[in-house]
Amino acid sequence: MNFTFSKRARSISMALMVIGAVAAVIGILGDHSDHHQHTWASLFVNGFFFFGIATGTLFFYALQNATETAWSVMVKRIYEGLMSFLPIAAVVLVICFLAGSFGLHHIWHWMDPRVTDPNNLEHYDELIANKSAYLNLPFFWVRTLAYLGCFVFGAWWFRKQSLEMDQLTGDTLVKRHLLTYRRSALFLVFFAVFSSILSWDWIMSIDTHWFSTLFGWYVFAGMWVSAMVSAVVLVLYLRRKGYLPQLSNSHVHDMGKWVFAISFLWSYLWFSQFMLIWYANIPEEVTWHQTRIDEHPWLLWGMFFTNFAVPMVLLMSRDAKRNPRFLMFVGTVIFIGHWLDAVQIVMPGAVGHDFHGVGLLEIGWFLFFLGFLIHRTLTTLTKAPLTPVHHPFLEESIHHQI
Amino acid sequence: MANKVVYAVYEDPEVLKSAARKLVTAGVKVRDVFSPFPIHGIDPIIGVKRTRLGIAAFMYGITGTSLALLGFWYFMIHDWPMNIGGKPNMTLYQNLPAFVPVMFEFTVFCAAHGMAITYLIRNKTLPGMPGRNPDPRTTDDKFIIEVRTEDNAQGSDAIVEMLRGTEALEINERQY
Repeated sequence: MNFTFSKRARSISMALMVIGAVAAVIGILGDHSDHHQHTWASLFVNGFFFFGIATGTLFFYALQNATETAWSVMVKRIYEGLMSFLPIAAVVLVICFLAGSFGLHHIWHWMDPRVTDPNNLEHYDELIANKSAYLNLPFFWVRTLAYLGCFVFGAWWFRKQSLEMDQLTGDTLVKRHLLTYRRSALFLVFFAVFSSILSWDWIMSIDTHWFSTLFGWYVFAGMWVSAMVSAVVLVLYLRRKGYLPQLSNSHVHDMGKWVFAISFLWSYLWFSQFMLIWYANIPEEVTWHQTRIDEHPWLLWGMFFTNFAVPMVLLMSRDAKRNPRFLMFVGTVIFIGHWLDAVQIVMPGAVGHDFHGVGLLEIGWFLFFLGFLIHRTLTTLTKAPLTPVHHPFLEESIHHQI
Repeated sequence: MANKVVYAVYEDPEVLKSAARKLVTAGVKVRDVFSPFPIHGIDPIIGVKRTRLGIAAFMYGITGTSLALLGFWYFMIHDWPMNIGGKPNMTLYQNLPAFVPVMFEFTVFCAAHGMAITYLIRNKTLPGMPGRNPDPRTTDDKFIIEVRTEDNAQGSDAIVEMLRGTEALEINERQY
């Protein structure tokens, strides 16, 4: 059965984009930070958050292929729908990086050539200059294009295979399945490295002096939860509209379990990073958390509480994960929680004292991209049958029971 | 009249499942099923209640968290305040991050051990306990349905007759 993008959903997603764009424009007019840093940073935060949803989905999709998981075959089109936002998010990120490279803003202030020039007494920063073997523009662009190229190509290739598998049967189908299985494993190898380094390059380098080895996993776990939450909310929406008739509570239960489990992974990594830095108490390491604790305590502790305690308490029981309404509510809360996490990772470092908490700019861009994501995802869903027509594990997935 | 127990032996879990379904539909209460491994989906068929092991595990877990917290408060704060690496050592809440890893570990320890021991006691399968399966072949490659006359209004003959209609390998009756 194919999905039809209802008029109502279309106008809601459009309305979100328009309201978001208007709010963002008002925010831009009121932005008096140096170089419109605040505008750029809020664009980057939201670009990155929604990039994270698409990338986290892509990772999970490859993981399901590589582990030959059967139950998720039923919902694989939903993951493909979310993955389709990847190129758009990639373009947004590239725009932010281009603007930074040409000096339109100083979110990544190591990009400024004056910082690494020893003859420039006013701006020379020895610590950044020492890192310039890694943090220099040509190498940064090589890496960035490698990540984005790999992810965009991966998403495109997986989607293509999935659509072609719908037309295949018998041995050719199994052969194609084994091909995606092997390619997924290969993709995960690249993803493991890229997901870690991209968070150093794009986010950790905002606070250039600061470093943390756990940072990559922490950011990646945030991307992964956001993806799991988006997928389960989307599936529940589709089921309420009468699609996916073969989807059982067991599938929803499993998707809820992923939200629960990865919320813990995220909390574990966040705390591991925090506790080690807190315990060692080395001045150059504590700055990152110190800024956030001193200047944005509500944002920091609020998002930690939302992303850790809410899923722990509310999603622990089996009944909670099998109750669509409840799961949708908790999912929405966690979704916002992880958006706040993305905001607090980037903003204090990128905007500094001009950032006074979540405002029109952040919310405006958020609504804009949310509408964009919904529109793009639902458009992709209309293009292929919602349940795959042929897949070696389709039968097993239909009878999934836990 | 003496109570009787009927054992029907099967070679395949799927055949057993359809036999059990047939019995239950005919109004027979199946007392138990014996199998070398868990049979997927048998619980709702024979009306096994959902396990409460999860609730027990949660209780053991919080017990562990609370005990660890109490221990830390007593050892590290109240009885003998310890200053390790210049960390604040006079209040529990300021020192909390340092205690979290052990609290976490102790929670897992208590939940895991409590759950495993409860499981073994509840199933009467603690090491050294006598086996309760009616036929040693259920630990190898056979699957058995147990029906007792005390649970059912039908006599043993009617039940055996019904089991004959399934693909049972053999049907044994026993008095107890």
